[in-house]
Amino acid sequence: MNDTIKSVDLTDRIWNFFASVKLSVIVLLSLAFTSIIGTLIPQNKSSAQYIQQYGESWHGFFEAMNFYDMYSSWWFQLLLALLIVNIIVCSIDRLSATWKIIFPNKPIYKAGRFQKSNWRRSLSTTQGSEDLQKPLTHFMEKHYRHCRVEETDDGYLIYGEKGRWTRLGAYVVHLSILLLVLGVLISSLFGYEGHMNLPVGSTDNIMTLRHSNTRVQLPFELRCDDFSVSHYPSGRAKEYRSELAVIENDTVAVERSLIVNDPIRYKGFSIFQSTYGQIPGDTFSLVLTDNASGLQIEKRASIGDEIDLPGGKGTISIEDYVGNFNFRGRNLGPTYLSMLVPESGSPRPIVLPLQHANFDRMRGGEFTFSIKNIDYNYFTGLQISRDPGIPIVYVSFIIMLLGFLMTFYMSHRQICIEARRTSDTETTIFVSGISPNKRSGANMAVKRVAQKVDHLIKQNPNTQGHIR
Amino acid sequence: MIESTSIISYVTFIFGLSSLFYIIGWISKSNKANTLGTITMIIATIGSGSAFFLRWMETYWIGYGHVPLASLYESLIFFSLTIGVIYLFIEFRYKVRVVGIFAGLAAFLTLAYASLPSVGDQIQPLMPALKSNWLIVHVMTYFFGYAALTLAFCVSLLYLLKSAGKNTNEGILGRIPGFKTLDELTYQLVMFGFLFITLGLITGAVWAEQAWGRYWGWDPKETWSLITWLVYATLLHARLMRGWEGKRLAYLSILGFAAVMFTYFGVNLLPGLHSYL
Ligand code: HEM
Repeated sequence: MNDTIKSVDLTDRIWNFFASVKLSVIVLLSLAFTSIIGTLIPQNKSSAQYIQQYGESWHGFFEAMNFYDMYSSWWFQLLLALLIVNIIVCSIDRLSATWKIIFPNKPIYKAGRFQKSNWRRSLSTTQGSEDLQKPLTHFMEKHYRHCRVEETDDGYLIYGEKGRWTRLGAYVVHLSILLLVLGVLISSLFGYEGHMNLPVGSTDNIMTLRHSNTRVQLPFELRCDDFSVSHYPSGRAKEYRSELAVIENDTVAVERSLIVNDPIRYKGFSIFQSTYGQIPGDTFSLVLTDNASGLQIEKRASIGDEIDLPGGKGTISIEDYVGNFNFRGRNLGPTYLSMLVPESGSPRPIVLPLQHANFDRMRGGEFTFSIKNIDYNYFTGLQISRDPGIPIVYVSFIIMLLGFLMTFYMSHRQICIEARRTSDTETTIFVSGISPNKRSGANMAVKRVAQKVDHLIKQNPNTQGHIR
Repeated sequence: MIESTSIISYVTFIFGLSSLFYIIGWISKSNKANTLGTITMIIATIGSGSAFFLRWMETYWIGYGHVPLASLYESLIFFSLTIGVIYLFIEFRYKVRVVGIFAGLAAFLTLAYASLPSVGDQIQPLMPALKSNWLIVHVMTYFFGYAALTLAFCVSLLYLLKSAGKNTNEGILGRIPGFKTLDELTYQLVMFGFLFITLGLITGAVWAEQAWGRYWGWDPKETWSLITWLVYATLLHARLMRGWEGKRLAYLSILGFAAVMFTYFGVNLLPGLHSYL
């Protein structure tokens, strides 16, 4: 017996802990203050950089605290989880009470509350307040949702209420936060992002994922027809523009220019203009130097070509281009690889690095080869991403704004018009209003209603009166 | 032809003058001085708005053609404009002219900072990532939010000033509006500011998604605007709890304003994508 009471007590206490606004204040401030750390310590850099910057001992401490990737650290995620639980529990905790206010069986009003209202005006009429009852009721019923008319000992009451639903505003905001977190979660679980360098004139459907170097095949191909970069007179970059085509099943699905800030969206993928660069193009000049005579011959060629050597001394074929060629442990940079097939004897590979024009001289052959006058070709650097969380995040933004408008700029308000016969000839009409959830706004509403009442009094030929 | 930069140097002093008139009006109870404060405030605000539009035209004359919200200098002009507009709105609505002392001073300091050589008032062409209508909405909503939060800070300062005195109903302290009014005004301004910095965060996210393919990246400027947002969210909730009115609310509003200032100016000291502004 005692045990169950205790456990009920405990669950109650846990519930109340998570339902408290105090906890949300603490969690919100903790999130704010801990977030600062990640702006002071650069995130996701290499250990070497960190050690150099902070020294061994600080580095050990920072690493243990996950300060180098803090927004995905367990403790930061825990704070976020705490916020979510807090919002859910708190909202459930209060929703039933709010619900009863929004949908009561019958409108509750307490005359006493209106008499103490700060927003109260009175008007007197000399006669015919009964004649006013109808137009006033009509007016209230037109502008206020829940209206009641009541006869009193010395007159009547007209009561109206509206904007109950705006009390749901805070819940709408909290719901939007939950939706936002859901969207962000979906983004981080199912979203991915890759990169593709696409030379002008080529077509490709393979992108390399960020952070992992995994190659992924896209369900469509991209073709780059042109790339240009323009500059302001000062030399600043003005625009990067790729002429791009998205091709699916051999038909062009999209064909347009891609610039920064105007991505191509296709079937859940977004394609962004990200970087650009230049690579040696198809054609170049192969220079043959006859080492005996010093005579030079230059020939236009491209990869795959076979070129006859003068005097029928054999052929040289250009086989491949490598961005970074490794020669006996040394990086030679961009290099063409070719094969020399002499008239007699076995074929022999020839290395033609672009940055070392005299490299082939070392070989000491009959001819020395080198490459020059390369046609450079642009490639466009595309970023391709797929993020199914985005629609959810954007919907949460809209809901959040609606919730703000509801809580900040609308209010639940109640208006009471009370006609009281103060003497045989005089009736006083009181207009008062309250905002039960203590929002400003009732003030303006009362003013508007009072003006209307005043107007009705003046319009009625049997009455005359003045606002007091 | 007059240039926007020279209009701004006049406007700077008119804002300062307006603050001075409000101070005189406050101390000497002179209605004339207060009216002069309002008039100079209106002139300065119109001047700042004209400078903004003139600079907009200047970007076209130079051949770039963009809304002048692309450099620190330009954002400071717009900031002074929003401070003026929102202050005038609350002056007409709430009739609290003492706030004008701080509003005028804030706008004056903003433009005085803009005139420092290190800020640089040349018109720069837009880099490709900045060519976006979302960016314009993003910056504009942020500055409306910042201006409202700056004024909330001013009102909170008044609150603390008033509550530091012994006799708060007489003399110059008595001429500061009542605690209730100040508290309500802070709350209203924070609500408005919070709505607009939320709009700023949202439009910033949409723009970042369009420009870089991600709506959030924990870049220092982004993170600091989130920090600011969290502080004001805390303030709104603290107010809903009993007891968190008055002084404590004022302290939170000052903390929030410190976060705004760091987000605006301090983050440039940290590395990140936003370092141009
Ligand atoms: C970042 C997260 C949050 C945001 C942006 C947010 C936003 C809001 C807003 C705008 C309001 C209306 C304030 C007003 O009427 O002036 C509100 C009210 C409220 N919030 Fe939050 N909130 C957040 C998290 C939380 C959490 C974690 C709790 C948990 C206890 C909470 C509890 C409440 C309560 C109890 C109210 C008052 C509801 C009422 O008027 O009946 N909020 N919130």
